[in-house]
Amino acid sequence: MSTRLSTGGRLIDRAKPVSFQFNGRKMQGFQGDNLAAALLANGQVVMGRSFKYHRPRGVVASGAEEPNALVGLGEGGRFEPNQRATTTELFDGLTAISQNHWPSLDFDVGAVNSSLSRFLPAGFYYKTFIHPRAAWKHLFEPFIRKSAGLGKPSNPGDPDTYEHAYVHVDLLIVGGGIAGLQAALTAAKTDAKVLLLEQEAHWGGRAPVDGAEIDGVAAEEWIKNALQTLEAAPNVTLRKRCMGSGVYDHGYALAYERCTDHMPGAAGPRHRLWRIRAGQIITATGALERPLSFSGNDRPGVMLASALRDYIVNYGVSPGDRVVVVTNNDDAYRTALAVKDSGLTVACIIDARASADGPLPQACRDAGIRVETGKAIAGVGMKGKALKFVDICAQAGEGSVLETVGCDAVAMSGGWSPVVHLWSHCGGKLLWSEDNFHFYPDVTRFPTDHKGAQYVRTAGIASGAMLTHEVLGNASESAVAALEQLGHSAEAWRPSATGSEEGAMAPVWVMPQGASKAKKSKMWLDFQNDVKVSDVELAAQEGYQSVEHTKRYTTLGMATDQGKLSNINGLAVLSGALNQPIPQTGTTTFRPPYTPISMGVIAGPGTGKTFQPLRKTPMHGWHEANGADWEPVGQWRRPYCYTKSGESREAAVSREIRNTRDSLGLLDASTLGKILVTGPDAGKFLDMLYTNMMSTLKPGKCRYGLMCNENGFLMDDGVVARLDENSFLVHTTSGGADHMHAHMEDWLQCEWWDWKVYTANLTEQYAQIAVVGPNARKLLEKLGGMDVSKEAMAFMEHADGELAELPVRVYRISFSGELSYEIAVPANRGLELWEKIVEAGAEWNITPYGTEALHVMRAEKGFIMIGDETDGTVIPQDLNLSWAISKKKEDFLGKRAQARSHMASAERWKLVGLETIDGSVLPDGAYALAEGTNENGQRNTQGRVTSTYHSPTLGRGIAMGLVLHGPDRMGEVLKFNKVDGSAVEAKIVDPVFYDKDGEKQNV
Amino acid sequence: MLKFTCPYCGIEASETELAAGGEAHLKRYGPGSSEQDFEGYLFLRKNPKGVHLERWRHVMGCGKWFLAARHTATLEVFGTYSAQTHEPPAEIIENIRAKFPEWQA
Ligand SMILES: [Zn+2]
Repeated sequence: MSTRLSTGGRLIDRAKPVSFQFNGRKMQGFQGDNLAAALLANGQVVMGRSFKYHRPRGVVASGAEEPNALVGLGEGGRFEPNQRATTTELFDGLTAISQNHWPSLDFDVGAVNSSLSRFLPAGFYYKTFIHPRAAWKHLFEPFIRKSAGLGKPSNPGDPDTYEHAYVHVDLLIVGGGIAGLQAALTAAKTDAKVLLLEQEAHWGGRAPVDGAEIDGVAAEEWIKNALQTLEAAPNVTLRKRCMGSGVYDHGYALAYERCTDHMPGAAGPRHRLWRIRAGQIITATGALERPLSFSGNDRPGVMLASALRDYIVNYGVSPGDRVVVVTNNDDAYRTALAVKDSGLTVACIIDARASADGPLPQACRDAGIRVETGKAIAGVGMKGKALKFVDICAQAGEGSVLETVGCDAVAMSGGWSPVVHLWSHCGGKLLWSEDNFHFYPDVTRFPTDHKGAQYVRTAGIASGAMLTHEVLGNASESAVAALEQLGHSAEAWRPSATGSEEGAMAPVWVMPQGASKAKKSKMWLDFQNDVKVSDVELAAQEGYQSVEHTKRYTTLGMATDQGKLSNINGLAVLSGALNQPIPQTGTTTFRPPYTPISMGVIAGPGTGKTFQPLRKTPMHGWHEANGADWEPVGQWRRPYCYTKSGESREAAVSREIRNTRDSLGLLDASTLGKILVTGPDAGKFLDMLYTNMMSTLKPGKCRYGLMCNENGFLMDDGVVARLDENSFLVHTTSGGADHMHAHMEDWLQCEWWDWKVYTANLTEQYAQIAVVGPNARKLLEKLGGMDVSKEAMAFMEHADGELAELPVRVYRISFSGELSYEIAVPANRGLELWEKIVEAGAEWNITPYGTEALHVMRAEKGFIMIGDETDGTVIPQDLNLSWAISKKKEDFLGKRAQARSHMASAERWKLVGLETIDGSVLPDGAYALAEGTNENGQRNTQGRVTSTYHSPTLGRGIAMGLVLHGPDRMGEVLKFNKVDGSAVEAKIVDPVFYDKDGEKQNV
Repeated sequence: MLKFTCPYCGIEASETELAAGGEAHLKRYGPGSSEQDFEGYLFLRKNPKGVHLERWRHVMGCGKWFLAARHTATLEVFGTYSAQTHEPPAEIIENIRAKFPEWQA
């Protein structure tokens, strides 16, 4: 049973008790505790359940690598799942719940998975997907759904704020252990701008726990002095609780700062994402201890030797009264000494090596601790949920039990792996050490920056330097190399250090060496995802050789801890099963982030109103005050319609259309793209951009045109107005203005750079108002100031002048089929003109209309809409727009492509109108059904609906669509599918439903 | 996140300021060109593990297109230059050949 010791705990303040809750139970800890330590202090050994088998699990590590002790933290909007208890600082009022269990942590129905585990082997999901299909749907899926899922999603309505911070530094150092501090001390002597990050709330890393002496003082003292020096250095910034999350191209790095997780509700952002551009990066990220693979190694009470030592030394917490230490290296002996020093009992040290005679084993023997070499753990005995004993066997054998040793905690150590993640993110390569049996950075194959030079270096244990004086020397040398790259001269030095001598370790990947299959199926590699030695061996037996494939097949290392504890052990087992050396198997790819970062911090301040900029026309406020029902159009908001009190959307749209067609409507068309194209070669340029001829357009005239890309597909359409000899104003679709301007610039800058043409996107410089309907001319005449008669301004003409004493440009164009003027006015006068028009139009019941009325009226006239009739695969010929494709021009963008055989094929679907027999509205996107099925057993089709509306003018459904040989099949009735499986009949008709001869607009 | 120096405004710009535009120095084939030439122009792109001449636009800056010589594996940038040329300037070719003597544009 775990408990709080009466003394000790270098990080806790016993004078400051803290209350918290776990699964509703009130508990007490101390300031400085992490949640895992506080739970252990309260006797709570079981902290969670595993993902697949729901096995009860205790904490196994003491830091970021923890796979087991995941909890849901907080309540309401601040609830967050999958938080590691080992990196959660305790605060007064903390509430946590355990995960993956039902109905309770102590009794879990899903744990039945565990007894079914022989039916859920490696690749279970893949195998089950294949056969039999019925079993998946009715048996496996419901079962898996109930037991799957890691934690619960958090609630909407996060009350906290998050921010992004941008910073440029010369040298970024990730990791504030003694290596990072030494690197920073080296750099502090220069004037390089340095940022030093530490993921935990404390500086110095493991050195104080491991008891090294540096420069003649205890590590803790050395760290304190180093911090004082660094805090005084004007060129060094220190940031703790800030995890270096990823290294990216050209010196870019991300860091994740947990600002107020330990004091919820405090002022300021909860998390901060540091977006760092660094000249040089040093990763002093230390190493992680590996578990040992013995039967029962996942039982609560079994933990890493370093973690057990941390709980005693850092938090004054005893994980158990009688501890068994099992190891293949000398470092774990430090744990035995720490246990002994704290007054607890070391039942036995089980060392898999044939002999252990270094200074640390000797110190343990001198302290009276029993050391058994050449031995292994054969199994772990439990009584209820409490660990009771271990069985000891020979490491060389198959597991015959030699002795049973009573204990309530096991400290295991399989050696240490440098944290090479950040080194590897941008291509740093690794070597395998035959001394320490781990991967470490290959300094000759480093990540390169924009100059092709090295920009990431490792320092200390992350380099594979295992002894304290080597760690410090290596850190200083890495800093000097980075500083020299930056043009600073610095000097490396190697502080003296003692207390870190260790004997050689031995590789032990399975314990005992000849363990049976039954034993291997109880040896956990990946604790969180429940992957065992037997699973990896099965994968190898089934033919998986690549470590990347095995990872995905078994899910090894795919949990939220990303295999920090399991990867090396897993690939060692795979190498063993494949009978090849470990470096030949290699590692899986290291990808950022190093540990999970919050979704909130990724979004940063970019949520709600700041998610993206909102573009407003000058009349936006008027629309809002007059019942606008908004619709997003790109970054603009446009009124879909204006609803009156008690009116439905459909009724509003019908009213707007009827009033416009019968009398007078007005539309805010300001979002329409307006691009000025000017210069002596402007006409020549537009002839290349448009499929039709623009250079022949006379000043004062307008022409509708189509733009295609080089693939021949329609990109945009709109009206071009020629302003004078050298200048054209190009109107684009509302959503297409920026894109079309970029398109023009691409061709002007990169292909026809010697053409004398200048473009300017004037979209926001002008407000534009369409005045539409039979009374439109009367209204303009009432406003007064210019001649808008049929004689002065014919259809498709424009003129500059004055209306209602405002400077305007009036275009006589129509997208509704009615008599229509579009009036452009400087944007800052837009609202003024709009209000004057509304006032003057009262006598004709002038009606503002929205985008839906606009769409319906254009569809009634058979006008196409980019994005409805086109989808990036449609050419003008498909839309019967061949009249707008110049035969005279030698060249235009898309011309060559439209000559390709598939484009010229008579089998392409072509535009027609569609009228349902019953008058109903066709479903949007519905397909015209054809006889038979294709090779996938799907129904053959012969067309599809591209636009479909209820027409208030005609009192029935109207639609446009693309149909095979459509224009040749007028009058034919087709069947269109509906989502409920039924079909609806529609007749092929002319797409112009209303005023076919254009009599209404030519008045 | 890559960074390039815009040869027009001189700013060392992060990728977030830039838009990538694919292979540089494509020769346009228009009406009358063979199916093979047109296919090559429209669809066939170099994909070297090595030095690549490519188009970038300083879209969140001066708006200009420029070209860059970048190694796709080491990410080394041998130089950026005007888009208004049919080949890289001699200086950039020299930079590339200093490391890859065999390199051909
Ligand atoms: Zn620029």
